[in-house]
Amino acid sequence: MPTGAQQTLPRRITIDPITRLEGHGKIDIFLDAKGEVEKAFYQIPELRGFEVFSLGRPAEDMPQITSRICGVCPTAHHMAATKALDDLYRVDPPPTAKKVRELIYNTFMLEDHALHVYILGGPDFIVGPDAPKAKRNVLGVIETVGIETGKRVITMRRRLRELIAHLGGKVIHPVFGLPGGVARGVSPDEIPALKSLADDAVAFALFTLEVFRKIVLANDKYVALITSDAFTHHTYSMGLVDAANKVNFYDGTVRVTDPSGKEFTRFAPGEYLDTVAEHVEPWSYVKFPFLKKVGWKGFTDGPDSGIYSVAPLARLNVADGMATPEAQKAYEEYVATLGGKPVHHTLANHWARVIEMIQAAEKIRELAADPLLTGKELRTLPTEKPTRGIGIVEAPRGTLMHHYETDEKGLITKANLIVATQNNAGRISMSVEKAARALIHGGKVDDGLLNKIEMAFRAYDPCNACSTHALPGQMPLTIRLRNAAGDVEKVIER
Amino acid sequence: MTTTAEQANGWEPRIVAFFCNWCTYTAADLAGVSRLRHAPNARIIRVMCSGRLDPQFVLDAFARGADGVLVGGCHPGDCHYMEGNYKALRRVRLLERMLDGMGIHRDRFRLEWISASEGEKVKTTINDMVARVRALGPLALPAKFADWDREMDELEHAVAAQTEDVHA
Amino acid sequence: MPDKPKVAFYWCASCGGCEESIVDLAEDILGVVAAVDIMFWPVAMDFKKSDVETIADGGLLVAMINGAVRTSEQEEMAKLLRRKSTLVVAYGSCAHMGGIPGLANQFDREQIMKYVYEDSPSTVNADHARPVPATGNGGPTLPAFRSMVRALDQVIDVDYYLPGCPPVPRMLKAAIGTLLSGKLPPKGTVLGPDTGLCEECPRKETKPADLSYTAFHRPHEVTIKEETCLLAQGVVCMGPATRGGCGAQCIAGNMPCTGCFGPTSRVRDQGAKILSAIASSVAAKDTEGIDRTLATIPDPVGTFYRYGLPGSLLRRKIADHN
Repeated sequence: MPTGAQQTLPRRITIDPITRLEGHGKIDIFLDAKGEVEKAFYQIPELRGFEVFSLGRPAEDMPQITSRICGVCPTAHHMAATKALDDLYRVDPPPTAKKVRELIYNTFMLEDHALHVYILGGPDFIVGPDAPKAKRNVLGVIETVGIETGKRVITMRRRLRELIAHLGGKVIHPVFGLPGGVARGVSPDEIPALKSLADDAVAFALFTLEVFRKIVLANDKYVALITSDAFTHHTYSMGLVDAANKVNFYDGTVRVTDPSGKEFTRFAPGEYLDTVAEHVEPWSYVKFPFLKKVGWKGFTDGPDSGIYSVAPLARLNVADGMATPEAQKAYEEYVATLGGKPVHHTLANHWARVIEMIQAAEKIRELAADPLLTGKELRTLPTEKPTRGIGIVEAPRGTLMHHYETDEKGLITKANLIVATQNNAGRISMSVEKAARALIHGGKVDDGLLNKIEMAFRAYDPCNACSTHALPGQMPLTIRLRNAAGDVEKVIER
Repeated sequence: MTTTAEQANGWEPRIVAFFCNWCTYTAADLAGVSRLRHAPNARIIRVMCSGRLDPQFVLDAFARGADGVLVGGCHPGDCHYMEGNYKALRRVRLLERMLDGMGIHRDRFRLEWISASEGEKVKTTINDMVARVRALGPLALPAKFADWDREMDELEHAVAAQTEDVHA
Repeated sequence: MPDKPKVAFYWCASCGGCEESIVDLAEDILGVVAAVDIMFWPVAMDFKKSDVETIADGGLLVAMINGAVRTSEQEEMAKLLRRKSTLVVAYGSCAHMGGIPGLANQFDREQIMKYVYEDSPSTVNADHARPVPATGNGGPTLPAFRSMVRALDQVIDVDYYLPGCPPVPRMLKAAIGTLLSGKLPPKGTVLGPDTGLCEECPRKETKPADLSYTAFHRPHEVTIKEETCLLAQGVVCMGPATRGGCGAQCIAGNMPCTGCFGPTSRVRDQGAKILSAIASSVAAKDTEGIDRTLATIPDPVGTFYRYGLPGSLLRRKIADHN
């Protein structure tokens, strides 16, 4: 800590650990002699190696193994893995099984987004970015919005999660996914309670939008922050859309739009390798996906840079609209307020997230009323020999791709995962650095200012355990010493 | 292969042998009484039946420094408790695959049917196993554990920058 | 007004599910935060490492640490919290036994590094760049990656364990009550029932006294009947070798137990025990027949040691001479 008598400005500021997100991370900010930001690094220091320790495992274990990539979004991995298994065994689930999967999935999207809005990212707006550290959390939120509202949020999430646990065995690391179906179904006598929960869910999502309008949109300072250049990046966007080009979390085609909003490409899960590639940097364990056809041009914006964005902001950019009526209304208000599409204001992710909550809730209601939901056909048993399977879903935090190859016995011979937040890694790095540059001058920092820099990543609702499912391991034999600019100054061989 | 360093250190294979009371242990006694000389490297543990062999015994033996584990039981059909040796066989077959998956060489773990009158077989089995394990060299898991854990002593993460000033 | 007891939560090589299990206390969490002061909880609160360093040694009543240990940073944080805390609870399967990330102990570091940063189908890395730990020159630093995954008690002294992937809120609530009560169980206790899962399984009436297999069925190969013991249906279920307390959730989901609570106190190596139980139930008496039946369990290590490889007797795959 700098003492009062210190004359020199700090050269390096570290935020360690970053907080109110899933996963590990730190931000290292390097200043020049005048106390202006030279470079900032958003680093993820964790990895575990799922793609490699999955080798030799029975493919049908992958939904439960890969769900341990993330305990906040386990259902996303479980679902992507399950769809990859459908593809692997070339088996199509019966309609009822798909309905059950969609019900679980939309319930999950709703409760996970609610977690971020109220517990992870929300405190920044609800309590305020400069609020004292000890208040910038869910407890501070409850103090601000009142205990009744606090209980409403807690109870709603509990009920939604109990539904997932009921249908999926467990809510944290569910067990329902099988190639060609689900392990158990919904019985008709469960429908009345389900319909009641669905109605409450829609009301809750709309209530959340009201909270957001009252606390964020009505606050000029916040709106200025959201639309400020410091928190804006013009990148490509990626997300799943259904046949009508509307947002769909569970299934569809992947659509990519350019920074101006035009469709750049679209692909089916099986073709992802034609479009997506990963870049490696020495200062973080996460790999940085980029669009192959544009190329990796470094950490820059614009149509010539292959960096793209995923998650709510991007999903609402690539789609022509939402798939349910109340969500669509909210979406139209969002687009109109922010001056049209595509929206490039990173902090608008928070708003887009609330709109997605509304769609997820309306989908639950739709499915609760669907007679197919309580059908008896839950499984199509595989008959084909497995070879290769690719499954893609929209995790709350972005497009999630699972790719498996197996031998004849269905044991994994290769696994490749491109995981949601990871797709945002490039943009998050840019966001953090840009925010740091804009906010830090003359070396002056305080807790509130550093928190505002953290807000630059928090808007993406990152899941760092997801993004670094991989494992590098051993220190290499060559050490490249880099200065703050990232240039190699010295090479040491050992 | 045993390294010359290991030979020079006087390393000797340490085999833990679980012998069933009714057949193999009796045969080992017979070998002793008959003055049949075999390698002294096996520590014999008497169990009432090869079916008593808990796979944890095998793993624990390795973890505590055994270079090899030998199991001896009655021939199929002759088990004093009828079915015990079949259970041993089934467990051993799966345990062998599990040990493969953990990188332990097959020659380090062996099941042999030796009846009470087969003192000679005790001798040849032990000699053969000791020779194979000698060729493989020490397994030395306790030393390996200690060696692996030394990596935690290295102050790798140290070196935060010399100019580290402000922590949030 | 006496100070409230202070607690901390931290995650090592974790998926965050253990954090979620705490949030799943739902309404009960309000009672918890009324009873304790949470001094550190990165998922939900903005306290930083430097805040932990200012706590007096032993100033925390308990630190609940989840996640396996793989990096030098995680070791440091575990040691820091051990110093600052009177009690340490290894929370969840990863801290307890190594967890699913512990399966990486079957592979070596270089194999993993090469695949992730060079050979994976989507990686573009002509320079063969690799993430570099400390540069020592004032640049950004990353912690070192160890050669293997460790359970928490292989790094620091642990007082208690809360089992599960993740632990269930009901057991967490009971554990908090116990820790606050001052009536502490013996050190090293796993805070949960000490009976096997089959005891509390709703399907136990259909579990036969004698199981006898000619083949095992992988879950995707058969339609699993909802009211019948999974082992009786030929599906490998870890129930017999797994501690109860979870309420048999996975069985309620119509899928087998995979062993996340670890064994009871009477077992040292869970994988070896279930291997014993499953293998001894094979019907065949001849080597060929036995092998044919056992071949229908394709991945013994991954199935029997799904959560417990680092904590097992062998800890890790070695490169033995071939």
